Amino acid sequence: MNTGVQATGSTQASLSGSQESGQAAVRSGAEAVGVAQVATLPMSEHDEQLARPAAMEVRGLNFYYGTSHALHDISIRFPERSVTGMIGPSGCGKSTLLRVLNRMYDLYPGQRATGEVLFDNQNILAPGVNLNVLRSRVGMVFQKPTPFPMSIYDNIAFGIRLHERVSRSEMDGRVEDSLRRVALWSEVQNRLHSSATALSGGQQQRLCIARTIAVRPEVILLDEPTSALDPVSTARIEELLDELKGEFTIAIVTHNMQQAARCADQVAFFYMGRLVEVDSTPRMFTAPREKQTQDYITGRFG
Amino acid sequence: MDIPARQNVPASPDQAVSARKVRRTADPAFRLLVTITGVAVLVVLGAIIAVMVNGGWHAFATFGPAFLISDAWNPVTQHFGAAAPVFGTVVSSALALLLAVPLAFGTAFWLTALAPPKVASVIGMAVQLLAAVPSIIFGMWGFFVVVPIIAHYVQPFLHHTFGHVPVLSVLVAGAPFGTGLLTAGFILAVMITPSITAVMRDVFASMPAVLRESGYGLGATRWEVMRHVVLPWSREGLVGGIVLGMGRAMGETMAVTFVIGDSNHIGWSLFAPANTIASLIALEFPESPAGSLKLASLLALGAILMAISFVTLWFSRWLLARGESTGRRV
Repeated sequence: MNTGVQATGSTQASLSGSQESGQAAVRSGAEAVGVAQVATLPMSEHDEQLARPAAMEVRGLNFYYGTSHALHDISIRFPERSVTGMIGPSGCGKSTLLRVLNRMYDLYPGQRATGEVLFDNQNILAPGVNLNVLRSRVGMVFQKPTPFPMSIYDNIAFGIRLHERVSRSEMDGRVEDSLRRVALWSEVQNRLHSSATALSGGQQQRLCIARTIAVRPEVILLDEPTSALDPVSTARIEELLDELKGEFTIAIVTHNMQQAARCADQVAFFYMGRLVEVDSTPRMFTAPREKQTQDYITGRFG
Repeated sequence: MDIPARQNVPASPDQAVSARKVRRTADPAFRLLVTITGVAVLVVLGAIIAVMVNGGWHAFATFGPAFLISDAWNPVTQHFGAAAPVFGTVVSSALALLLAVPLAFGTAFWLTALAPPKVASVIGMAVQLLAAVPSIIFGMWGFFVVVPIIAHYVQPFLHHTFGHVPVLSVLVAGAPFGTGLLTAGFILAVMITPSITAVMRDVFASMPAVLRESGYGLGATRWEVMRHVVLPWSREGLVGGIVLGMGRAMGETMAVTFVIGDSNHIGWSLFAPANTIASLIALEFPESPAGSLKLASLLALGAILMAISFVTLWFSRWLLARGESTGRRV
């Protein structure tokens, strides 16, 4: 039985012992999706970010729930320290793709993926990948806030303890730092040891984000993180994403087109298990290449 | 979807009123009926308690509080005490829980989290069938299969291995009869494991999958998720299931009677023949004439067993209620 302290020390640990770790990421910045194709729009800050090397790159991904073919030949790059918004009608496969990126689907028998997902020069779909290390480097935040049934402090400390041995004082610092980064510290500093389930929905979701960044991942996956929250809490989370992308690569699934427009550097539109189009956010919303994309973002269907 | 619903609305208010009048004439009769059945539960319960306490009163009055702490059971000198069977009941149930709880927990967790769905449904069915096996079957199986194995292999081996170790030697002392506290505890464990498993499985299944995934999402292993996420979340429900199993173990009669060895003796050897309240009543009842002190003592034992059961049931209800009012929100 794995007790989790394997590959201890740092979340940067290599996914498999044999492979060299390090950040010699895939150099394919120049091929950033669609950059060359639309010359009519001026280069924006988004394009700069999208030209960065990919933190994660999906190539020819197919995904199956049993015999049902859920994702068809998906290829997409997630440039490092940028936000990728994933939009599309329900059941289009965007959440499924998210669950491939940290291999969450592995928990469920009958679900399988073929193709390649490159992360840190390694195909994470290959057998032998240490999933616990992978998931510590590719964090996930869910649609509904999911605080663990323990104290606020322990919610943050739990993930850190899984991968690192830290002293009490260092842990206190890490917890405080994580809570400050999600702007939750001032609200909870006097009740760190009371139950996290007593927080409001928006606070809980920020706690979940804090819990995720506390283990120092490189990529953060967010699956409709604000769909259960009120507008004020949503705005706070969106601000937060803007700050976090300075350090993390973010992929966010959203049903909210404005949210994608506000937060994302690039937007990917999925429809019926296919990636219809991916482009920088301004181009996606002003000059999409595909008619389906245009129809969707103008609200004609979906 | 609206259209059929609207068709059900009566055309005029008058019609609506008359329709309700029709239903109201049937209502009091139905209400009376269900009230009778509801109150009947209370009457039956009260009658049982009355019979036990009234029948056992002779024993309580004769021996006083000493009845509870005396381990005597001597029909010749007319000395009876409850300590030995109470001890046997508590110890055999505790042993059963010690064996059953980890087994049930593991099975339930495996069924909900690890097993392929088809396998899980087959084994889930088997668990329910096992829970439905009559206790006398377990008793005979225990007598003809388990008792010889313990007599011939388990106890000689343990006696040989631990017989000279200071504390453990007490636990394995005695002649290898094969019957005794451990055998009874084992049979009880086999009997209550399925029902505890069923409760625990429901508790696990009611846990939101996304909470579990949050644990995995941080890079936790299955064990870590179970230990730090599933267990705290479901603690109250699990304890409720355990206490219900304990209630069944304490009251179980037939299976225990087969394998307990029938001896009113308090001793720490796991292999010493003993008695539980239920087995003693089953064994002695036929030889207890009406009006005798012995029969009164047996009825008093019944009252004690009921009291113990009520306390555990109340305890489990309290835990379950507490579980519903706290911590279940996600």
